[in-house]
Amino acid sequence: MKTTSSRTTNPQDLADLDSLLTAEEKAVREAVRQVCDDAVEPSIAQWYESGELPAARELAREFGKVGLLGMHLEGYGCAGMSAVDYGLACLELEASDSGIRSLVSVQGSLAMFAIWRWGSEEQKTEWLPQLATGEAIGCFGLTEPDFGSDPGSMRTTARRDGGDWVLDGAKMWITNGSIADVAVVWANAGEENGGIRGFVVPTSVPGFSAPKIKHKMSLRASITSELVLEGVRLPGSAILPEVRGLKGPLSCLNEARYGIVWGALGAGRSAFEAARRYSMEREQFGRPIAGFQLTQAKLANMAVELINGQLLALHLGRRKDEVGLRPDQVSLGKYNNVTKALEICRTARTILGANGISGEFPVMRHANNLESVLTYEGTVEMHTLMIGQALTGIPAYR
Amino acid sequence: MKIVVCVKHVPDAQGDRRFTDDHTVDREGVDGLLSELDEYAVEEALTIAEARSASGEDSTVTVLCMGPEGATDAVRKALQMGADAGVHVCDDALAGSDALATSKVLAAALRTLEFDLVLTGMASTDGLMSVVPAMLAQRLGLPQVTLAGKVELDGTTVRIERDGDSATEVIEAPLPALVSVTDQINDPRYPSFKGIMAAKKKPVNTLSLADLGLSPDDVGLSAAWSVVEAVAARPPRQAGQRITDEGDGGTRLVEFLAGAKIV
Ligand SMILES: Cc1cc2nc3c(=O)[nH]c(=O)nc-3n(C[C@H](O)[C@H](O)[C@H](O)COP(=O)(O)OP(=O)(O)OC[C@H]3O[C@@H](n4cnc5c(N)ncnc54)[C@H](O)[C@@H]3O)c2cc1C
Repeated sequence: MKTTSSRTTNPQDLADLDSLLTAEEKAVREAVRQVCDDAVEPSIAQWYESGELPAARELAREFGKVGLLGMHLEGYGCAGMSAVDYGLACLELEASDSGIRSLVSVQGSLAMFAIWRWGSEEQKTEWLPQLATGEAIGCFGLTEPDFGSDPGSMRTTARRDGGDWVLDGAKMWITNGSIADVAVVWANAGEENGGIRGFVVPTSVPGFSAPKIKHKMSLRASITSELVLEGVRLPGSAILPEVRGLKGPLSCLNEARYGIVWGALGAGRSAFEAARRYSMEREQFGRPIAGFQLTQAKLANMAVELINGQLLALHLGRRKDEVGLRPDQVSLGKYNNVTKALEICRTARTILGANGISGEFPVMRHANNLESVLTYEGTVEMHTLMIGQALTGIPAYR
Repeated sequence: MKIVVCVKHVPDAQGDRRFTDDHTVDREGVDGLLSELDEYAVEEALTIAEARSASGEDSTVTVLCMGPEGATDAVRKALQMGADAGVHVCDDALAGSDALATSKVLAAALRTLEFDLVLTGMASTDGLMSVVPAMLAQRLGLPQVTLAGKVELDGTTVRIERDGDSATEVIEAPLPALVSVTDQINDPRYPSFKGIMAAKKKPVNTLSLADLGLSPDDVGLSAAWSVVEAVAARPPRQAGQRITDEGDGGTRLVEFLAGAKIV
């Protein structure tokens, strides 16, 4: 035991959590920070305000250059990084904006992972390299207008017609939908064909359209779409051959949810940092508001929750790298870190007073974004019930 | 084409700058990084080497750094960006070395390496002396072509452009030569994830003064030709002067600027 202490206090890392990371892990984090500072930060407030992401393709290419897209997958042009690396990347991306992290999560953990894990060799060689460079964009269609938390009841169907498959139905709330070159679509192929099956759908096929969802008040710097499938005819080779049933989509969601365990803390960190700085500059009653005990209590609580969240994320990440995670362990992480990050953003907002609701500061944007993050990839209620089921053995959700 | 880039490890400019009791910059226990101005030199070396390799000529980039143990981080960063190998001169006796000693050590290290071109940044972001490139060229008997905003090479000569206030100079020198580059020359790349992983396996050769045949008496604070007598923190910024426009705002602004001899 040492009786001395490390010399410096770093308000961004009070617990010296950086000492838990390797030099390479820090370099990965730094590379993502740099690309976000250059390619995202200068425009993100504007994109959010206008509710558009005009640079989506350029961003994807920039991210591809660094190796961000499908970074935790091996082969086919993917970087083959660890789960911890992937988590650190998600955190930095989401420190810029949850919508930008969503672009990367959906590309890498949903679209690419589905093909990488369950696809044929032909599907992998066709799609993964171009998705990894960002030349192509992918989306993942599971949710439907009438089925969200209960995707097993979906209405989209896949029907055999000779050697072909014909898809009919609609998907809703699909990230990247309108700009995607390829959609991984989940459809009910009937009991005789294994129930719910995945299909690799080039978005240029007749019968496929993806109108944009408008009037979002959250995740505005992200493209969200409806997928309309009207007699979409695909060759027999379009089906993901290696998986049957809900296990297919759920395995992908587990990957993306794991990224959110880290990502949400990025949004929290940015809001916390904005509030901490603001509190030291803003004066009322003749002194910085940081000098009031109520403000310090808020800051202390936010800092502690961020540290707790990072410890949980890092622990889950190391476990994932070593032995893999059970779904209820991912639920644990998403449940805690998203709810805490949202609380942090809301508290940060109060510290900024009226400026807290202004787009001149990132705080309200992060808070609003996290409302989506709380719901997608399994709602907070569903994750609560997953934890409940793990604790009691009783599934309370059905 | 064999290129050597001299890089320095400097304290992070974002952090607090601290000095040790002998008034030298505290390099222990502070976060350091590859001097930003050296990133341009690394980028330029990589661009040249890539173009040469693409046209079939074997090309390598070696980074050379003198600094304490932690300075390997700067070497590592350059390797992550894509450099092939690193040389790190590290010796306790080096602490407090001035520009003369630094150039002596770097020259000795360069004599152990093969090179056609030596690249450096235009200055270090901590010392800001900007003299090491010239001293180094002098010691090695190389043509020195400094402050390049553009570098072109053919097999035997290097040609640079140096942008001045009113004119751009074009300067040519035979190889081998030493070129320092400005922060206008390129956009340094970020290390890609593949670069980060590949760098783990790249060689870094650590050399002591003895390895270079130098004596501790030649370097370090005691051998320095210049000594920092005192350091003081800059006084806190004075509160600004607020001019409220009461119809005469423009005039008063001009009066202020004229008073400060700005207009
Ligand atoms: C911005 C955004 C992007 C998205 N991107 C994608 C995408 O790319 N691909 C994709 O497939 N989907 C995507 N989604 C959809 C998302 O996954 C769903 O919204 C989510 O699964 C919830 O479904 P729902 O909205 O239909 O809510 P519902 O399932 O209708 O839930 C409504 C409420 O009821 C609660 N509830 C439901 N069932 C139970 C139960 N058994 N016990 C207790 N409470 C329950 C829920 O927790 C929630 O509070 C996205 C959503 C958003 C907002």
